[in-house]
Amino acid sequence: MEVLAQTPRVSLASFGNTAASSLKRPVFVPSTNGASPAPWAKKDARLVLEDGSVWEGRAFGTQGTALAEVVFNTSLTGYQEILTDPSYKGQFVVFTHPHIGNVGINFGDMESEKCHLGGIIIRDLAASVSNYRSTKTLDAYLKEQGVLGIADVDTRAITRRLRDTGALNGVITTDLSTPVDDLVQQTKSWSILGKDLISEVTCSEPYEWKDTTEHEWEFNPAVQEKGELFHVVAYDFGIKHNILRRLASFGCKLTVVPADYPASKVLEMNPDGIFLSNGPGDPSAVPYAVENVRQVIGKKPVFGICMGHQLLGQAFGGETFKLKFGHHGGNHPIRFGPTSRIEISAQNHNYAVNPATLPDDVEVTHINLNDGTCAGLLCKPKKAMSIQYHPEASPGPHDADVCFEQFIDMLKAERAGAVQAAVAA
Amino acid sequence: MILGAGPIVIGQACEFDYSGTQACKALKAEGYRVVLLNSNPATIMTDPGTADRTYIGPMTPELVEQILEKERPEAILPTMGGQTALNLAKALSEQGILDKYNVELIGAKLPSIDKAEDRELFKQAMKKIGLKTPPSGTASTMEEALVIADQIGKFPLIIRPAFTLGGTGGGIAYNVDEFHEIVDAGLTASLTKQVLVEMSLLGWKEYELEVMRDLADNVVIICSIENIDPMGVHTGDSITIAPAQTLTDKEYQRLRDASVAIIREMGVECGGSNVQMAVNPVDGEVMIIEMNPRVSRSSALASKATGFPIAKIAAKLAVGLSLDQIANDITRKTPASFEPSIDYIVTKIPRFAFEKFPGAKAELTTQMKSVGEAMAMGRTFQESFQKALRSLETGLDGWSLPKNWKRMTRQQVEYGLRVPNPDRMLIVKQAFEDGFTKEQLFELTNIDPWFLSQFEGLHETEEWLRTRKLADLSAEDFLQTKKRGFSDPQIARAVGASPSEVRSRRKELGVVPSYKRVDTCAAEFEAETPYMYSSYDGDSEAAPSSSKKVLILGGGPNRIGQGIEFDYCCCHASFSLRAAGYETIMMNSNPETVSTDYDTSSRLYFEPLTVEDVLNVIETERPDGIIVQFGGQTPLKLAAPLQEALTNNPIPAASGEGNVRIWGTSPESIDEAEDRDKWYKILTRLDIKQPPGDMVVSEQQALTVAQKLGYPVMVRPSFVLGGRAMEIVYTDKDLKRYIENAVEVDPDRPVLVDKYLDRADELDVDALCDKDGNVVICGIMQHIEQAGVHSGDSACSIPPQTIPEECLDTIRDWTTKLAKALKVIGLINIQYCIQDNEVYIIEANPRASRTVPFVAKAIGHPLAAYASLLMSGQTLSEIGFTEEPVLNHVAVKEAVLPFEKFQGADTLLGPEMRSTGEVMGIDKTFAKAYAKAAIAAGQKLPASGNIFITMIDKHKQDVIPIAKKLVELGYGIVATRGTAAALREGGVEATEVLKIQEGRPNAGDLMKNGDISMMFITSTGNEEDVRDGKNLRRLALALKVPIITTLAGARATVQALEGMKSGPLEQVPIQDYFPAAKELSPVEFAA
Repeated sequence: MEVLAQTPRVSLASFGNTAASSLKRPVFVPSTNGASPAPWAKKDARLVLEDGSVWEGRAFGTQGTALAEVVFNTSLTGYQEILTDPSYKGQFVVFTHPHIGNVGINFGDMESEKCHLGGIIIRDLAASVSNYRSTKTLDAYLKEQGVLGIADVDTRAITRRLRDTGALNGVITTDLSTPVDDLVQQTKSWSILGKDLISEVTCSEPYEWKDTTEHEWEFNPAVQEKGELFHVVAYDFGIKHNILRRLASFGCKLTVVPADYPASKVLEMNPDGIFLSNGPGDPSAVPYAVENVRQVIGKKPVFGICMGHQLLGQAFGGETFKLKFGHHGGNHPIRFGPTSRIEISAQNHNYAVNPATLPDDVEVTHINLNDGTCAGLLCKPKKAMSIQYHPEASPGPHDADVCFEQFIDMLKAERAGAVQAAVAA
Repeated sequence: MILGAGPIVIGQACEFDYSGTQACKALKAEGYRVVLLNSNPATIMTDPGTADRTYIGPMTPELVEQILEKERPEAILPTMGGQTALNLAKALSEQGILDKYNVELIGAKLPSIDKAEDRELFKQAMKKIGLKTPPSGTASTMEEALVIADQIGKFPLIIRPAFTLGGTGGGIAYNVDEFHEIVDAGLTASLTKQVLVEMSLLGWKEYELEVMRDLADNVVIICSIENIDPMGVHTGDSITIAPAQTLTDKEYQRLRDASVAIIREMGVECGGSNVQMAVNPVDGEVMIIEMNPRVSRSSALASKATGFPIAKIAAKLAVGLSLDQIANDITRKTPASFEPSIDYIVTKIPRFAFEKFPGAKAELTTQMKSVGEAMAMGRTFQESFQKALRSLETGLDGWSLPKNWKRMTRQQVEYGLRVPNPDRMLIVKQAFEDGFTKEQLFELTNIDPWFLSQFEGLHETEEWLRTRKLADLSAEDFLQTKKRGFSDPQIARAVGASPSEVRSRRKELGVVPSYKRVDTCAAEFEAETPYMYSSYDGDSEAAPSSSKKVLILGGGPNRIGQGIEFDYCCCHASFSLRAAGYETIMMNSNPETVSTDYDTSSRLYFEPLTVEDVLNVIETERPDGIIVQFGGQTPLKLAAPLQEALTNNPIPAASGEGNVRIWGTSPESIDEAEDRDKWYKILTRLDIKQPPGDMVVSEQQALTVAQKLGYPVMVRPSFVLGGRAMEIVYTDKDLKRYIENAVEVDPDRPVLVDKYLDRADELDVDALCDKDGNVVICGIMQHIEQAGVHSGDSACSIPPQTIPEECLDTIRDWTTKLAKALKVIGLINIQYCIQDNEVYIIEANPRASRTVPFVAKAIGHPLAAYASLLMSGQTLSEIGFTEEPVLNHVAVKEAVLPFEKFQGADTLLGPEMRSTGEVMGIDKTFAKAYAKAAIAAGQKLPASGNIFITMIDKHKQDVIPIAKKLVELGYGIVATRGTAAALREGGVEATEVLKIQEGRPNAGDLMKNGDISMMFITSTGNEEDVRDGKNLRRLALALKVPIITTLAGARATVQALEGMKSGPLEQVPIQDYFPAAKELSPVEFAA
């Protein structure tokens, strides 16, 4: 096995010690007759959607212009995890929860080393931060990350529009001089369809991951019982740290490899199992990844989450399709077929696997009860399972944590089977 | 069988009518036969059409057994009726009654109830699943309590009694003296004689999660609630918001995981529960405070806040459905197995009534003292908070100091910030104005800095507004101000203009509200149910129709004098007019009610009931009619300004049929009944007598009038609700004190001085009148207590028991004349007084009164529904209600009073209304009906023992026949010296006992030893007498010895005792009294 480079992690030092400092004071604009200035800033940013709608608001974060697909997220908590989730690459996120920034930014809740999304659209930016773990404000963090924010827009109206029309491209700009028509043109000049965003967020070198969920935040008593250690290779299509933490907590030693890492080299490592991560964009845009998956299934137990699930679906020969406005939130009900148990799940995807196109040996184990879409697959003969949503949560409920246990059970069975086979031989 | 919650008391309000009604409806829809027991007649739940068999009567194990015997239900659902129902279920189970009749408890089993209620079991359960509870110990005696206090090691300490309502008897002790006092009260209040002594988490952040579980073990969180008031204030008394705002996802999920683990560990098999938790702001440490294994006030709030009908779903889960088998009513496409996401902020603010209880300290502790609450929604916290404040109807138009605010000294401000009290938010405002910093405010209040900075933002906006003139404000200025929740009157005050000027300028600039929908899913799916709130974000989703429609204005937050009775009327208006083909639009701000259920009316606006907010809805919906008669004073107050606005700017109705207008009795008629001069003129014209009296504008004038009339006189401010500040005075000195202390008298605020008719009988009449001037009397109620006790606090009987027929005929005649003269369309309530067979009118209210639901249930006719149809233009003959009903039974209403919640307040009844709720007893005879009502109200009518009698001089002769009767019934008599002497002279044997201040052993000692089973005590109302009597009365209250404070009450009680002894009380369902009533009940139409 190669010696793996340690991935750079955000260090506490880079945050400085600006604990819970208050945000910038509102910019006071002089009023018409020179009386005291109004306690609200001037509208200095615009969001323009490809349907020609213009939403004026107030800028925060960095200045400039950015173009992306606009999606909405209905989570009530966890904006920091969403900001740092690589799956949002190429997207602007509209937060339906009106107050964003209340708890600032802290060191422990990062889902990757940086912000990947193109910008955020919110109703109200917190005027101050309240949380004992916070080390900086949302505004300061976005500035540092070069991400645009627009506040004071009717996020509900935008959400309803996206619900009705489906996801739209949009431009956020703090440049007030560009005519709207030009901005609308810009939105139409780009499409997320068929775009390989994974290559922009995957790691460049393989590395090893050992961190488990911190003791303080561990919630599942089952993790303490998992004494056995497994080696799992994780394909990084834009992997969230919490997936790695959960796998590590369940006893996995992880080797994270880039998205285009050859399957043959993965199999050479002879891991106990292979994990396919979440990631941004269209699974059809990364045929190389599908090909890698195709080469490993059947050879090792495989577990895919989100993008990993879609790639597995394609590798089985199935088709994926784009949902009207995707699933982004922390409240979707999923039914696990074998037990009829309902999990409340964290969701973040725009594509889904069409179960009708899958071969007979693949069963749909999980269903999204809101729209009946496929939310989980199991192929017993090939020892492969996948989940369309986010059992690692972060943000979101922990109900689906059991999926990691199921994967571990699969690894155990595989190991026991190998021992049996060896004994029999 | 569903158990209701009984009368409205502090800690248990109309939220249980909401939950019980939802449960009845849901279970009937699932095909179950529903038997209901609830003593509260003012509920929609006890309408004959809501359940199949409805028992309105005492909620005691014995009487439940009788019902079980008769109805043989398979299961009892005890989780919809608050603590009352849980306690009753516990008693039934422990007494083996459930086993005897093979009845299953569904929703929560006995062990879950025990685990949640018994502090020690609860702590063990939490420990088992790895959760922390505050260090504490349970004590059954004072000695044990002191040992625990010693172990915890420092004050303050929290004392919580086990098994009580709304934390009765609990409190925070800052020192040893207080510790003794509170532990004593707690041990007495607890049904299990246990108190928990606990480490104080003062200053920790407080959260509540509403959890639901189904029988398949699926668990969802419906709503997270964050308290602005940190730990130390009962959550019912705290200002709370939803969803939680100051938690990271990790912290929130930790609370979620804990709640899920708790509902499982506690063994709540299915249904809703509420978990309360504290979070240390310094390091995030979590402690579990308590859980309720049933739907609660918080579930009502969570339901209204999210659109997720917790009670309805809980009822379905109880009969075996799983969450994914139930559709989300709002989206219709998605299942109920999800967690609502909301894209707005909800603020709930409690409403208090300390002014009603002189002597009680206006401070907030772990014992709940609020009598109601208002809820508001806004797109931001600021908007929602300000809307909630103006929804309270305490004279605030938002978060600005009211005009009459008495500025406090710095020391007072600091005290008021440190010690939670009902005015704390206003004190925060003054503190900002006085230059306190956020940091100082945090030090003093421990309110989370996020909230403080929100308040600071509001303060800055108001300060800025004050620098502007109306003409300076641009459209953007208006929009930004409105987005922060500022009302037109608030802006008007800041810029020095009138509210109507602000309104017209704002509209000129195109700044109008947009209505957003409550959809459970933050707009992810389309909402099929029009449940709306206003905001000033661009896009309006109201989508009003062009149907024939009517806007019903609700009653706002509950308060003493205005509660569930008015919500009942509003619901009936909605049901009946919906059935008559109208689209009904409800507007209200009270989250506890049935009226704010999204399926009660065609459309629901959850909004403050102010002129501005109502006009906004009128302009959006353009209804054919507006109903202001049913929500009590709240909408009635709005009638005149609304009428003025509609006259100045007529609005065409959306249906195309004429203009929007106020339905029913005209605002001018309402004014005629309220304006003294106009009122005198009408009475003179109609030749109707009223007690002599006059209106005065100075102290001197008051004295002159009083001397002319002769004492005692009744004094009150000219415009009052629920008898606020009404008093009977006996001397010049009293009158002076009243004028100086109780009211400010000046030409703008005149005071009425009327001759007090001593020993007069009081009667209440409800009547219906149609547009053609036909009048039908619905019911004449005779008050048990004589005139002088507020009608809301007095028990009463339909039909009257001791009034000569000719007096009743006079009343019938006058009622008809007056209703016609006032051109009443709908309901009118008139109060009369009879002294020496002479009838006097006291007042008339041309609107639905507090008594409407009681009368409706007593006579078996849905009066509010009829009144609504009359307002829509139908006639009495079209409805088929043309004659005063003649009854073969007696219905008695008894009031329920909250004295035990207010330490230090006296328990005497008077002209100021203080009751929070009512119960009803119905039977063939008055004696039995009254016995039922008294038992239902919580009076322990003793079967034997000693009755303690102490009367003031003028009652000493009158009490002799009462005492004689008691002796005949086998009771012993104990009396103080004077009373005993009078009794002996009258031939009644009485044991003499010392008054408390006369030495030992005294009446108090006898009471403590359990030798007194009931007390009759009257008071002159003078200072010494009040002081001496008060101690006895408070003691009796603490020991739960029944107290009767009026002679008339004593007379009626003796009849009740007689009735009780004459044979067993029998429960008969309301449907058997009125076999035809089911068809008349409008609830069916709503399903």
